[in-house]
Amino acid sequence: MKRFLLTAAALALAGPAAAQNVAITNARLVIGDGSAPIDGGTVVIRDGKVVAAGAGVAVPSGVPVVDARGAWVSPGIFAGFSRLGIVEVDAVDGTNDASANGSPFHAAIDIAPAVNWRTSAISLNRAEGVTRALVAPDTAGSIFAGQGAIIDLGADPNPVSRPRAFQFIEYGEAGAGNAGGSRPAALAMLRNALFEAREYARNPARFVDRGKDAFLTRLDAEALVPVITGKVPLLVHVESATDILVILDLKREFPALNIVLVGATEGWMVAKEIAAAKVPVIATALADLPASFEQLAATQSNIGRMRAAGVVVGIGMLNDNDAHQARLVKQYAGNLVALNRIPGAAGLDWGAAFAAISSKPAEALGMGNEFGSLRPGRRGDVVIWDGDPLELGTAATSVYIDGVEQPLENRQTRLRQRYWKPTEGALPKAYDR
Amino acid sequence: MIRILLMLGAATALASCAMGGSTPPKTASSEPAAAKGPGHGKGYNHDPYPSTYKAYPGVPTLVTNVTIFDGEGGRINGGSVLFRDGKIVAAGTGLKPEPGVTVIDGTGKYLTPGIIDIHSHLGDYPTPSVQAHSDGNEATSPVTPEVWAEHSVWPQDPGFGRALVNGGVTTLQILPGSANLFGGRSVVVKNVYSRTMQGMKFPGAPYGLKMACGENPKRVYGGRQRMPSTRMGNIALDRMTWAKAVEYDRKWDKYEEKGGEIPARDLQMDTLRGVLDGEILVQNHCYRADEMANVMDMAKEFGYHVTAFHHAVEAYKIADLLKANNTCAAVWADWWGFKMEAYDAIGENLAILEKEGVCAMIHSDDENGIQRLNQEVAKARMAGIRAGYPISEETAWKWLAINPAKSLGIADRTGSIKAGKMADLVLWNGNPFSVYTRPQMVWIDGALLYDANNPRLRPVSDFELGQPGEGDVK
Repeated sequence: MKRFLLTAAALALAGPAAAQNVAITNARLVIGDGSAPIDGGTVVIRDGKVVAAGAGVAVPSGVPVVDARGAWVSPGIFAGFSRLGIVEVDAVDGTNDASANGSPFHAAIDIAPAVNWRTSAISLNRAEGVTRALVAPDTAGSIFAGQGAIIDLGADPNPVSRPRAFQFIEYGEAGAGNAGGSRPAALAMLRNALFEAREYARNPARFVDRGKDAFLTRLDAEALVPVITGKVPLLVHVESATDILVILDLKREFPALNIVLVGATEGWMVAKEIAAAKVPVIATALADLPASFEQLAATQSNIGRMRAAGVVVGIGMLNDNDAHQARLVKQYAGNLVALNRIPGAAGLDWGAAFAAISSKPAEALGMGNEFGSLRPGRRGDVVIWDGDPLELGTAATSVYIDGVEQPLENRQTRLRQRYWKPTEGALPKAYDR
Repeated sequence: MIRILLMLGAATALASCAMGGSTPPKTASSEPAAAKGPGHGKGYNHDPYPSTYKAYPGVPTLVTNVTIFDGEGGRINGGSVLFRDGKIVAAGTGLKPEPGVTVIDGTGKYLTPGIIDIHSHLGDYPTPSVQAHSDGNEATSPVTPEVWAEHSVWPQDPGFGRALVNGGVTTLQILPGSANLFGGRSVVVKNVYSRTMQGMKFPGAPYGLKMACGENPKRVYGGRQRMPSTRMGNIALDRMTWAKAVEYDRKWDKYEEKGGEIPARDLQMDTLRGVLDGEILVQNHCYRADEMANVMDMAKEFGYHVTAFHHAVEAYKIADLLKANNTCAAVWADWWGFKMEAYDAIGENLAILEKEGVCAMIHSDDENGIQRLNQEVAKARMAGIRAGYPISEETAWKWLAINPAKSLGIADRTGSIKAGKMADLVLWNGNPFSVYTRPQMVWIDGALLYDANNPRLRPVSDFELGQPGEGDVK
């Protein structure tokens, strides 16, 4: 542990300014934009950003070189929907900042200050090659969960890359429950909030905050202003084909809304409409059961079919161990590749599957220019793997975030070391470290 | 995970059925020979809801040129397996097709025993996961060994079909939930749709008793200001109950042997007596190492045996104790962090158990995870290899086959590719340790019940009939 803390402390002191220069050569290089891997590739990072990646890329003098010796090298995984860093143990309330049952605030809730870089889920998922994540609050007492953030999983005390990066709301069954019991009530709550935010935007000084009796507090209204202007995306959890159409229809009344669908189990049934509306999706990858009546047509082919219809789709972990298991998106993406061999199913080719866990979620948020691939100008989040990153059991051997090499130890590696031989030795296990 | 926590919180108040008193079956010698009982185990009916499962017809089949993991740790490259009349006839190399035998060329494919999931809630927590279907926890008392999961199992759960088609699961144990210390009896079923639970029930499989330690019982009942509200309360109530069971067992043993007055029937105690007599296997939800140690001592105190700990997240810490007690551990590959007792999970749990010679296996406890148990084993195997313990693919397949079969008391009938066993088989379209592989064909008792190339062999439960997506590739 001591070693880890020292490393972490050193990084902490240095901060993001320590963003480094590094070139990784001789790589089986994955760009992350949907293209196929390139053998003999090189990626060059300077001042924490990608300056070049591909075959035949020259390494500028003065940049330290890491020879990957033919290993797979890719952009870090972008967790398309998570609650990383805001929960240590789900069932221990004091460690769980995902939702606030008793709060009068909803849309105003800003998750960024809650993100704790020391959360064990951050170190574990970092060790598995996850470098960035969308982190969303969860709803309680309103369809508005609040403002989510984009974070990095670096071992330093500055995890937030983009605070207030989007607003997250529930529609469908969950939204109905939050709004008092029906979908129309949820829609009324949403529309009313957007109207009030519009009023607030016209003249903040004249906005009457009715306190506890308000549908919208001043802070809530303020938080929704960039949503109605389309500056900040509105992420809407919605599952059924019918509900998806209702949400798409919102753009008639609020044309500037920048809607992103989350979940979207039945998206394949209205894929054309989603594509025509140019609305991206952060989808649940392998849901194939009618878990609820809004997911009757669930199939693992959902993402493949939506993509074939021209929808921008990334993979997210909504309500699927979202505080701890972002790493599983690699396995999920691999499963989508496997689908291509099942007659009648629609999967993704390898490049598209990897993009679904790197560049596509970033693109869905309008941040594809900054995160998710190794194209020039993106953050220098790079992973060297000991095999195909979508294959089961492949490990990250080196992880760089903003060009800074990261420690890969975590509580689980420490426990494994302590108990590799389970019986006690000369002293109790408590002395074994 | 959130769902699991909710499941436990959702208590379903059910009207209790009136239980008729049962009389012992008439024995052949109904003479008034005073000092003679009906015989051991014959005081009452032990199988009142008998299996009506019948294997569907199959054709004699030879799968050739295939890589075989036999489920007991063996591997045959370029091998063949012949099965007919529902049973495996032979496995090896150089088997020649006889007339009338359908030959399937398995080149590039793998053949394994069907996957056995020792921990499922399909049927008692089915999808859609609506409150009306929440039938897994009789959370009205911490001691409910009298409830039987089979009476909650909805045989139309769409999850059975997914587990077959995507998961290659041929046998599963359906358990009550973990709200209670004594959750009730489990049921083992073949993964074959039927109109009734009895029609799925694995013929002759022993019952299990679901027990639970740790956070769940004390949270559910402590929250209602009743016992147990602590871990010590958990064990105390367990011991009080076992003490009664020992007394009940003694009374019935005496009556069955010597006759005399028939003891009062107690359905709770029937189940526990079954455990004490070795007829019902204890399947114990328990995460923490120290608690498993307590439970194994309790079992010795009252004269029973824990067959397997489930969700044994910390089993790796006490591999030696598990081995010494001949108790198996059923675990996830990588679930962690959702509650305190799951905080010390590590990816090398299965590998350490294997290394230390413990009977270990994977389990799902999840309607999605059950569709990818081979993938979970692949992850666990690689974690072990990376940490320095080489585990072959054929060894790891034991975690999906013979080890769960042993823990369910059905290893003499299924769980491996051996002559005479049930032809429960999966043909994979590649190496099943790869994420890029899926089941190609699945046979149960020699009947072909899934074929990726045949849309007619895609089961559609009643619930999905006439719904959007009916018969789709799921």
